[in-house]
Formats: sequence, structure tokens, C-alpha cells
Amino acid sequence: MPKSPYSVPVVGSTGKTGSWRTFDPVIDYDSCSRCRTCWLYCPEASIDLEEDGTPHIDYDYCKGCGICAQVCPKKCIEMVRTTERTGAK
Amino acid sequence: MAVKLKEMLKVPEILSSGHRMCAGCAAPTIIKLVGMALRGPTVICNATGCLEVATTIYPYTAWKVPWIHVAFENVAAVASGVVEAFNVLREKGRSRYEHVDVIAIGGDGGTFDIGFGALSGALERGHDFVYLVYDNGAYQNTGIQRSGATLPGQETTTSWAGKVEPGKRERKKPLAEIVAAHRIPYVATVSPYYWRDFIQKFRKALEVEGPAFIHAFSPCPRGWRSDTSKSIELSKLAVETGIHPLYEVIDGKEYIMSGPSKRLKELKPLDEYLKLQGQFKHLFTPQWEDFRKQVQEQIIEDWHLLRKKCGLE
Repeated sequence: MPKSPYSVPVVGSTGKTGSWRTFDPVIDYDSCSRCRTCWLYCPEASIDLEEDGTPHIDYDYCKGCGICAQVCPKKCIEMVRTTERTGAK
Repeated sequence: MAVKLKEMLKVPEILSSGHRMCAGCAAPTIIKLVGMALRGPTVICNATGCLEVATTIYPYTAWKVPWIHVAFENVAAVASGVVEAFNVLREKGRSRYEHVDVIAIGGDGGTFDIGFGALSGALERGHDFVYLVYDNGAYQNTGIQRSGATLPGQETTTSWAGKVEPGKRERKKPLAEIVAAHRIPYVATVSPYYWRDFIQKFRKALEVEGPAFIHAFSPCPRGWRSDTSKSIELSKLAVETGIHPLYEVIDGKEYIMSGPSKRLKELKPLDEYLKLQGQFKHLFTPQWEDFRKQVQEQIIEDWHLLRKKCGLE
């Protein structure tokens, strides 16, 4: 809890939501065309872009809805089980 | 306003990550697109609904813009109060800003049913604000009850489908046209899939003098029993099947069909849209075959009526 009765609206002020996920989006950077479509439609704003448009997924907040994989025109985002990606059991 | 993806990159999001909207909900995408259309200092008034409940769990907030929550029924009244408060401050020389944009956001329950009186009153008084309704077709936040925006044939917890009833039987309230009948300067319908159209329309709504109204279509994977990844596809199909045609109304008189709807040679069959959702599952049983055809005919009839209003037929 913050010390003041008001919280500051920063990223993650209401907590992390990465644990909601069962499937993780994984980007194949070789076939990614840097079109920024995934970034545009991501409801969580959890895709960060570099200057040239290379997307990076913020796994702290991604809820694994799969919208990015669905809208990707190159179909280069794959939904992989979280346990398979991280190797955790 | 020319919309370029590269320039929009520089605009920070107004709703930060970590909010508690369901995975796959389209409402945060809508708010993101709203943020890209903003032109200066903005105040957002939010009626009770999914968006308010999930983004501001006391004492935390995910909003990076000034934000006020009010009761379910009076968001339009509060927005008009905020507009007038800034007008008074400016007259007294106590406002730091030349102009402050005020946006009222409500869900379909808070707009079509509960907040309709306040909305109608604020439009009649003519305050300079934008009202955005994100329409997900039912009271999803309180447990998927039927609202004025629910489509015929849609199953909700207060319009169960079974052997006796095919879900809701009544038509959807034509809210955009009812609002346009107030003769306000600008009314538009938008869908998050057509983001360029969305941002241009929203900027136009901010720029007009007087009230403006935006009707946004917002798929809800939880209530609609659809796959979370299909939300954006559903918002595209809704336009292509004619469930949510995109158009603008200027001064309540001039209807203009927007590009994505205008380019359609003919509507896609409604079944394509219904099949993706569990809430329309019962319509594919032999018993409700006729009802489904009836809904399809209704939509085609409305589509031709709208095309006539836009002067395309």
C-alpha cells in the first residue's frame, strides 16, 4: 500500500498481471517485418517498440490473450505454453 | 488529421499496463486509440462499468490523465459540470489552459439504459464535450445481464436461451441515431479494428464546438464466450456483417457512410460472426433456424435503410 491515500499512475501501479497467462506469445524476429500491428492492438500496452519498430513483449504484464498472434500479418508470433517457454514446472 | 503509425509511436499510452481488464477485452485497445487522438490537456469522466472497476482498484489507478469516477447514471451530467467549471475558471483568469477537452466514457448499460436521461439532458444543453460509449452488448461487469444494446438472439443471464426462448427477442436500441436526433454537431460509430478511421473520427469529435458522440464496438470474450484472441477479428466482422456499420452524422441531418463500410460490396453472412461466439450457439439448433434467418433479414433491412439515409441507394 502507498503511504498517501492516492497512488501515482505508473506502469504496474495496480500490480503485475503476468501470472494470468497460460500461453506466452513468442516472436520469430527473422520473419517479423516490423509493421507494429501487434503493438497497436495489444490491450495491455505490454509490447514495447524499439526505434525501428522491433517489438518486445513485457512478460510482467502480458495476460496471454493471443490478440498479437491473431492480428500479425506475417503470422510470426506463436503462442507457447508458459511452462515450455520458461522451463519451470 | 493525417494519421501515421510512426508519429503515434511518440504518444504515450493513457492507460498503463497492469490494469485488471480481462485478457482479450477490447476496451483497453479503444482507450489506447483515444489516447492517440488527444490534442492537449484532457479530463476523463468515467461512469461505473468494467472499465472503471478494473482500472482503478482503490487506492490505485492505471490512468495517466486526470480522471473522475461518478455513479452509473450521471456521467454526462458530471462531464457537463466539469466543462462549465473550466469555463468559469477561464473567465476569472484562474485557468492555466486555453482549452481543456472533456471526455465522458460509459459502457452500454450506463449509456443505453441507466445514464440515458443524463446523456440526453447534457446533449440538449449543448456543453462542449465528447461522449464515448464502448458497447459490449450487456452488463458484463455485474454478470452479463441483458441491456438495451444486446442483440436479438444473444444469450445473457437475464435472457436465457433454451426450448422456450432464443435469448433476447427484441431489437437493439439504435442509440447513435437517437443521439443524432438531438441535432448535435457530430455523431460517429467506430470499431477498434479500423484504427485509422477511429483516430480520425475521435479527433474530429474533439475539434467540433458542442457535444459529440462516439459509439465504439467492443468485443467481450468473457460474456460472449469467444476466444480471447478473436476480439479484434470480431470487431472487424461486426462491420463486415452489418451489425455495427460505420458512419458519421453531421448536425443530425447529414449521414455519411465511412470508408470501411462504404467499400463493402455486400454484407457477409451473419453466421460468420455468430459462429465465433458461444452465446449464439443455440441459434444453430434446428429449433431456432427461423429466428436466425429473421435476425439476418432485420440486419439487411437496417443496412439498406442506412444506405438510403447516406444517399447511396
